[in-house]
Amino acid sequence: MIPTSFDYTRPSTVDEAVSTLRAAGEDAKILAGGQSLIPVLRLRLAAPSTLIDLGGISDLVGIRSDGDSLVIGAMTSHAEVAASDLVRQHAPMVAEAAQSIGDPQVRHMGTFGGSLSHADPAGDLPSVALALDAAMVVAGPEGRREVAAGDFFTDHFTTVLGADEILVEVRVPKLAGWGMRYVKFNRVAQAWAIVGVAAAVRRDNGGIAEARVALTNMGPTPIRARGVEQALAGADADLDALRAACETAAEGASPSSDVTASAEYRGHLAKVLSRRAVAAAAGL
Amino acid sequence: MTVTEERPAAEVGHARRRKEDARLITGRTMWTDNITLPGMLHLAILRSPMAHARIATIDVGPARELPGVIAAFSGRDLAEDMASLPCAWPVTEDMVHPDHLPLAVDEVRHTGEAVAVVAARDRASALDGLEAIEVDYDELPVVLDMEAALADGADLVHADKGTNKSFTWVFDSAEAGSGGNVADALDGAEVKLSRRYVQQRLIPAYMEPRSVVVDPTGDVFTVWSATQIPHILRLMIAMTTGTPEHKVRVVAPDVGGGFGGKLQVTPEELIAFHVARRIGKPVKHTETRSESMQATHHGRDQIQFIDLTARRDGTVTGLNVRLLANMGAYLGLVTPGVPILGAFMYNAIYKIPAYRFECTGVFTNTAWTDAYRGAGRPEATYAIERIVDELAAELGLDPMEVRRKNWINHDEFPFTTVAGLTYDSGNYEAATDKATQLFGYDELRREQAARRESGDLVQLGIGISTYTEMCGLAPSRVLGALRYGAGGWESATVRVLPTGKVEVVTGTSPHGQGHETAWSQIVADQLGVPFEDVEVLHGDTRTSVRGLDTYGSRSLAVGGTALVKACQKVIKNAKRIAAHMLEASEDDLEFADGTWRVRGTPDAGKTIAECALAVFTSHDLPDGIEPNLDADATHDPENFSFPHGTHLCAAEVDTETGWVNIRKYAAVDDVGRVINPLIVEGQVHGGIAQGVAQALFEEAVYDESGNLMTGTFVDYTVPSAADLPAFDTDRTETPATGHPLGAKGVGEAGTIASTPAVVNAVVDALRPLGVNDVRMPCTPERVWQAIQEARR
Repeated sequence: MIPTSFDYTRPSTVDEAVSTLRAAGEDAKILAGGQSLIPVLRLRLAAPSTLIDLGGISDLVGIRSDGDSLVIGAMTSHAEVAASDLVRQHAPMVAEAAQSIGDPQVRHMGTFGGSLSHADPAGDLPSVALALDAAMVVAGPEGRREVAAGDFFTDHFTTVLGADEILVEVRVPKLAGWGMRYVKFNRVAQAWAIVGVAAAVRRDNGGIAEARVALTNMGPTPIRARGVEQALAGADADLDALRAACETAAEGASPSSDVTASAEYRGHLAKVLSRRAVAAAAGL
Repeated sequence: MTVTEERPAAEVGHARRRKEDARLITGRTMWTDNITLPGMLHLAILRSPMAHARIATIDVGPARELPGVIAAFSGRDLAEDMASLPCAWPVTEDMVHPDHLPLAVDEVRHTGEAVAVVAARDRASALDGLEAIEVDYDELPVVLDMEAALADGADLVHADKGTNKSFTWVFDSAEAGSGGNVADALDGAEVKLSRRYVQQRLIPAYMEPRSVVVDPTGDVFTVWSATQIPHILRLMIAMTTGTPEHKVRVVAPDVGGGFGGKLQVTPEELIAFHVARRIGKPVKHTETRSESMQATHHGRDQIQFIDLTARRDGTVTGLNVRLLANMGAYLGLVTPGVPILGAFMYNAIYKIPAYRFECTGVFTNTAWTDAYRGAGRPEATYAIERIVDELAAELGLDPMEVRRKNWINHDEFPFTTVAGLTYDSGNYEAATDKATQLFGYDELRREQAARRESGDLVQLGIGISTYTEMCGLAPSRVLGALRYGAGGWESATVRVLPTGKVEVVTGTSPHGQGHETAWSQIVADQLGVPFEDVEVLHGDTRTSVRGLDTYGSRSLAVGGTALVKACQKVIKNAKRIAAHMLEASEDDLEFADGTWRVRGTPDAGKTIAECALAVFTSHDLPDGIEPNLDADATHDPENFSFPHGTHLCAAEVDTETGWVNIRKYAAVDDVGRVINPLIVEGQVHGGIAQGVAQALFEEAVYDESGNLMTGTFVDYTVPSAADLPAFDTDRTETPATGHPLGAKGVGEAGTIASTPAVVNAVVDALRPLGVNDVRMPCTPERVWQAIQEARR
């Protein structure tokens, strides 16, 4: 199909993008990698008046180390994230999740920031960002602000980003001494997650000192499985303990029932996959 | 390999890379959508969002006002031009056959049905035009479920027909004289199994969407279409538009896949034709993928009730099949015939003494169904191969032993089955022995036992499918007896050019199969010319005047045989010329390696090329001879061909999540003599993938209002290479006996064989947990649910 006609701009700086966004008003859309927006345009499910393409802003691409954080530019492609030695070293789960997205074409076009801003409940990166307590750096007319991942996602396809704001980079804390694993369950290789689990575990004296578990597609936004995290803190590092701790994984979640899976099955998967992700993260 | 005859020559049997692939893979070729004609307009089609509704009002006027839009028509605007789309297979005399207009006029009966068309200078303007069209629908009750559709007082898809039943077709071996009475078998059965299997609806997801260009500006209407059936399409356009047949030319340029999905005379082709005729300008319509998912014909969608009776030693005594086949809202080109083809395959490779088959075609408010890779035969094979496994489980026997006990032994061929077909050849023992070895059957059974013993969370299952199929469609008189509207012959022309190069014209219409390569290999051996010197022409009714196109694994067995016959005529034509040039008697000549030689003097000979040059110049020919080597031949098969084989699948099932992982897949197919092993390998791999897709991945789902919930590749999950294992393949080679090539056909074998192999493996893995069926596709959730239910 062919989209309706729209204006297209390709700013070269973040400031220019923000002012263009502000001037264009509510009917403007930001184009990052286009992996979700272009299909929507082609099906004419959206008809924005203006498309602001961030592809010309070289500052938004790249991965760097900054003290205790890893900083990933919003326009960095999934393929770059997946292949990055820095990411693999300091936040291997981020690389794992990026590698699990779509197919090679999608990973080369799709962007880290685009995926997070799109906030698809079935997207892989939001739950990973949540589990790692990443910080979203947002640029707007008033300058930049940081939003914790836990505050960033507000509903289906909705974030705290204002109409005139752009996600510019993501600061991922380096978790030294933690193990981590992203487990994704999907029908076919390119498909969205039916359920995904991002788990990070710090071990201590043979047991589990601390764990973070975040779930993909178990509600309108990614969620932390707080009950599991509490049960794991101080737990023995054995599979029976993990099994018991993960029984509550779906508590408080509100998964949908759709053509891919029922809510009941998603709830069941959340438990099993949480246990498997935590076990892998804990090196069990 | 059990080669029973000597290979004829060098090219046949050679795994040549396909000569057509460079252009197909790079796309540097003539796809229909690549065609641009001067003044050509682009069409966009408005489709019904309702599954069943009366069109109260429809106004295309606002579309006509838009810039770039040249014309817009509703069904009412074209009502006088249109006739019903054809159904060429009225399977019973009293079949209910509703009209099916290319554009709906008063009523829509499935979502995606075409209601209006816009012609514009560019595609974007045509799409803008669609948004301007105003339609008011009065909603009507929707009928989706076949069993509900047949209940008393059901809402009707076609109110004027008074029923949702299209036909009931029956085969009874007692009546046909091919076997006993099933009622007797059921009465006295030591063991009786009754099962209900569901063949879910599938969507033929060919790579190239359907596309059509119609040029009305010359002396004839030229229609380019991404079709499998240019010849049938030409005839049907002539018959349904009142255009004389000789004023219609149909071209199928390179076509990117079909799987039966392009074995159709489509609404879109006729809409394009009518618009072009009305406005006198060339038009093009190319569907989007979303349109294709909704509006191409779908496949399968049957409910199978099957009873199998046996003695306690595993000997099968009777088979009773009752089938509900979803026609969808209308009857397509061969819709009613698809389940009927299956009627001859339920007995499969087994000696079954009594058999009854009954099929009822049912209308529902869904896209109409029609041929999809295997067409009736995969459904039949699935049901019998599943229930034979159930019989083995019931009796505590190895499923392979039950098969061995019942199948037709090699020394019993030719064998006339309970369904009345005569299988000319086969060697199930050889294929099965080879497959079990390739697979490591005994070792995997041991591993399975160990996993069962230890209560492993990941259980292992082994699935068997010993299939056969009827290919080489089809003997014309059989088709006639089944009330099909056409014959089953195929034609070929061989032209030897003055330089000795050869042009071959075939009536088959490849859309990915590699005919250009295989046909060249056959001709190279027959005429003794280099492979590179052969050009194969197809898919244009001006070039290829006679033909019945490509479907039903028919092209090589039927079209290839016509080609051999044409080559033989050319050789015969060359004989008189050669004898004259050699100053020898024809009786003293012998033909080998492309050369007529005088027996006993091997140095003296004339090649086909030399004979071709001689007829071109015609300076010195025998008196009264026609200066021409070229020949046509048409072949009407006397029988079907019967490929067979044994497929074995080992599936690991994660009992916690329901995830199915195909650990090993071994396939040994016997497709008769192989012309090109690489092509056969490709067909087998693709076929297995497509059959695995039905077993594990694909299903078209409508919601209760009749909206297609799986309208994109996000929800309709076609597996890719990443989702499939490596396949271990091998062959046995038992040539077909009915024709000189000995080839049986391979286009559908993998698809037919693999679905039951995979589901049998899944069920076998779970049997200790009390599971004896999982409905297809065996998604992780369905598998998990089956385990939960068995535990309750």
